[in-house]
Amino acid sequence: MNAILFSAIWGVLMMFCGAFVKSKAVPRYIALTGIVLLFAMNAMELNSGLPLFNIDPAEMLRTNSFNLSFLAIVFGATLFYFLLSGSEVEKVGEHVAEYFALMFFVLCGISLMATFNTLLILFIGVEIMSIPLYILTGSDKRNLKSNEASLKYFLMGCFSTGIMLMGITFIYGGNPNGSFYINNIPMGTGDMPVMIATGLIFLLVSMAFKVSAAPFHFWTPDVYDGAPTVFTSFMSTIVKAAGFFAFLRLFEQVFGVMHAQWQMLIVVITAATLLIGNLTAVFQQSVKRMLAYSSIAQAGFMLLALFALNDKAKEGILLYSAAYSLSTIGIFAVLLKMEDYTVDGFNGLAKKQPILALVATIFLLSLTGIPLTAGFQAKFYMLMAAVENGQQFWLVIFAVLMAAVSAYYYFRVIQAMYFKEPGTSSLVNSAGNSGFQALLVVLAILILVLGVYPEFLIGWMYHL
Amino acid sequence: MLGTYITFPELLIWLPLLLGIISFFTSTGKAAKNLALAGSFLVLAVSVTTLFYTDIQAHHKYNNVNYYWLKYIGNSFNIGIDSTGRLLSFLTALAFPLIFLGTYRHDMKNAPAYFGLMLLAQAGLMGVFLAKDALVFYFFWELALIPVYFLCSQWGGEKRIPVTFKFFVYTFVGSLLMLIGILYVYQHTAARVFEDGTSSAHSFALAHFMNAQLTATEQNCLFWLFFVAFAIKMPIFPFHTWQPDTYDQSPTPVTMVLSGIMVKMGLFGVIRWLIPIFPEAADKFDSIIIFFSITGILYASAIAWMQDNLKKLVAYSSIAHIGLMCAALFTGREMGVQGMMIQMFTHGVNIIGLWLVVDMIERKTGVRQISQLGGLASRAPFLTIMLVVVALANIALPLTNAFPGEFLMFAGLFQFNTWYAVTAGIGIILSAVYTLNMIQKIFYGETNTVTSTVGDISWNEKLTLAVIVLIIFITGVYPQPLIDLTRDALPMIVTK
Repeated sequence: MNAILFSAIWGVLMMFCGAFVKSKAVPRYIALTGIVLLFAMNAMELNSGLPLFNIDPAEMLRTNSFNLSFLAIVFGATLFYFLLSGSEVEKVGEHVAEYFALMFFVLCGISLMATFNTLLILFIGVEIMSIPLYILTGSDKRNLKSNEASLKYFLMGCFSTGIMLMGITFIYGGNPNGSFYINNIPMGTGDMPVMIATGLIFLLVSMAFKVSAAPFHFWTPDVYDGAPTVFTSFMSTIVKAAGFFAFLRLFEQVFGVMHAQWQMLIVVITAATLLIGNLTAVFQQSVKRMLAYSSIAQAGFMLLALFALNDKAKEGILLYSAAYSLSTIGIFAVLLKMEDYTVDGFNGLAKKQPILALVATIFLLSLTGIPLTAGFQAKFYMLMAAVENGQQFWLVIFAVLMAAVSAYYYFRVIQAMYFKEPGTSSLVNSAGNSGFQALLVVLAILILVLGVYPEFLIGWMYHL
Repeated sequence: MLGTYITFPELLIWLPLLLGIISFFTSTGKAAKNLALAGSFLVLAVSVTTLFYTDIQAHHKYNNVNYYWLKYIGNSFNIGIDSTGRLLSFLTALAFPLIFLGTYRHDMKNAPAYFGLMLLAQAGLMGVFLAKDALVFYFFWELALIPVYFLCSQWGGEKRIPVTFKFFVYTFVGSLLMLIGILYVYQHTAARVFEDGTSSAHSFALAHFMNAQLTATEQNCLFWLFFVAFAIKMPIFPFHTWQPDTYDQSPTPVTMVLSGIMVKMGLFGVIRWLIPIFPEAADKFDSIIIFFSITGILYASAIAWMQDNLKKLVAYSSIAHIGLMCAALFTGREMGVQGMMIQMFTHGVNIIGLWLVVDMIERKTGVRQISQLGGLASRAPFLTIMLVVVALANIALPLTNAFPGEFLMFAGLFQFNTWYAVTAGIGIILSAVYTLNMIQKIFYGETNTVTSTVGDISWNEKLTLAVIVLIIFITGVYPQPLIDLTRDALPMIVTK
């Protein structure tokens, strides 16, 4: 509750700040203050269970320790993102304060998506999250690729929103109680009613679009590649994790009892996402584009949570959000410093910038899922959930084989950094100051800590 | 203090880990080298001490430790030394000082990182042999791989990057399949209650794994999920294709780690996890696995015979030896298994000796083609004597350490199936052929331009080889201590 109000207020504040402050650095500090406060307020609510303001949301929102811990992960990751890449935001264009404002609105949308208790709030949340993203994607105004990406994202996004609204309508129509509340949609015991089933499929399609699951992933590489890199980092991590969280909550709480009837759909989508994401990522030469495809591949792993739909899956989605967001934000922060975004651009980085190379290696190992990193624990929990589910054992085997494929493209970067000789040109445009490097080290240590002891995060989920 | 604050298994893992991390921060190569050498002797000292604390009851508190770790999912950091892993952890502790000493005069570029990674690999390997919890085992299983991956790719030969990556992907696929297997067994284990009252629905503990409720079909499928991981690591035919290239391209000290210790991880996985968890499945598929092992022996021996590249020759001979060990293990007969248990140790010692000699030859002459060498005996007499001893141990001549093990393994194989034993016996003959052939071509005959300027080896190399030869003879004449150290493990593994 705190988060929704505060992120919206701070977004407005940032906009005004854009009108009054001429300096480029000041908005970043205001945004940093905002995100720290946001994190703190959410932590207070998670700790005590009580929001600061006593507003009655008429049951339209539901906060519990599960979604509050997810929000804590989101704000924590955003904090790291602002700290590491905030100065890059200033380089995108003139309207720095607006960019930050838009990101706060995105966070507001995410907060709604994390706590929704009716389908209407879900819809509003998704929209509040998406619209600022369309703008951020196109924020590099003079760049044709950025414009193209923005337009593509906007059109496809509108289309999927339309489908989502249609789905909600069908479910409302098929609900004898005539209610949007997700705990008030009876499913019966036999086969699903046609209206509900249609609604389910529409919702599935639109959510799959939001999390870029195959075969609804076609926008992802172009948008992620075309958007300014600093915003790609934001979109492919925090926003994507939020999409999954809402996806999981929606399907668990509304359609959970009918799991057996739609599980096969998820199996197909998961397998396709894993296959397409991983195989296409193998062929990419640009690290940025590789990360775009790898984000599809990672989405495939996260979909295992929907496939399994048990307690382990919920723990897994929290861990996965944290592990994947932190690792990807880290690797993007390093990428932003590189002169050349191709794999060859990383050649010999370990000799010239040992710290950057070391932390990048840890982030990549985490994305691959090597033990002692958070990424391993995340994949491990997902696999555990999927095995516990007991159905479709082949999918689990397929998922780990695809994880092995992912080693190929992540390790290519490691190989370039450590085992190849650097060229004559300078590899990085700036190695960042010591603060930046220290922060990357902190992030890497955090990833290792999560890899050794993930239960401190999971413990929060059962806190209240 | 011992047993209250710290235990042997902790020392064996944390010491190399800590020293490895310190090594990264040493300023000069020489400091790192000395640190690694001293540290590895320290670990060896601890490990030698563990050989005297073997009583299961009385020394339990020195040999076992159990921390809470991931309680919600029924995992604890449980490590311990028992008769299954004791000899192998000793081998790990013994191998590294020998390797560091034998290669003391090598100049490694970026030595602090090199020695750091070597010590981390030692810590990982120790963990594999000491873990008593499936998740801990999996952790160390992967962690042993990562330093070795970096070592091979950074300090290896020309084609090191693709070759090492092939090795990495092979083992990574194997271990992920094993992870699925572990998770599946985990779902069928009993609930676990910790001492502080936390409980979890299932458990990763070895003891719980052995009592998992699995149907025959499930056992059969899971058996293969685990076995593929172990078979790739050993490697046995047809999963061996990564091995000759990797051995050839890795820097020799790393090859010693790979062939001396890492391949034992696969065999160890079978005796610690596979057979105790799936005894019926192991019984059911023994014939198939022995068939592949023996095919591997013949195939690898034949290639070794034709091989001109010295390093690849040793690599293929290693595949043949591992094949025999795997075959003996799956006979399920007491003699075969006992022979394999001691052979894991002796093969580790011998192969490290063999690699040392090969490395010395390569360093002195600059070539690894057997056909280009000749007449080294007159130039380097000490080296020749050492190589002959090690090579004879490699073909298991009586009085060398490999003989008792090989004898027992053949006895077990003979009990299992006469024809298998006879076929595997051809492998022994072939191994004599290619080994003697190699000695003849390298050391005897005329010296040529490559070998005429070679001098004998330096004192540290002499010392290392002398120690290895000493071990070869002592354990060859009196193998009883090795048998005593491993005997208690047999009831778990002997299925017939």
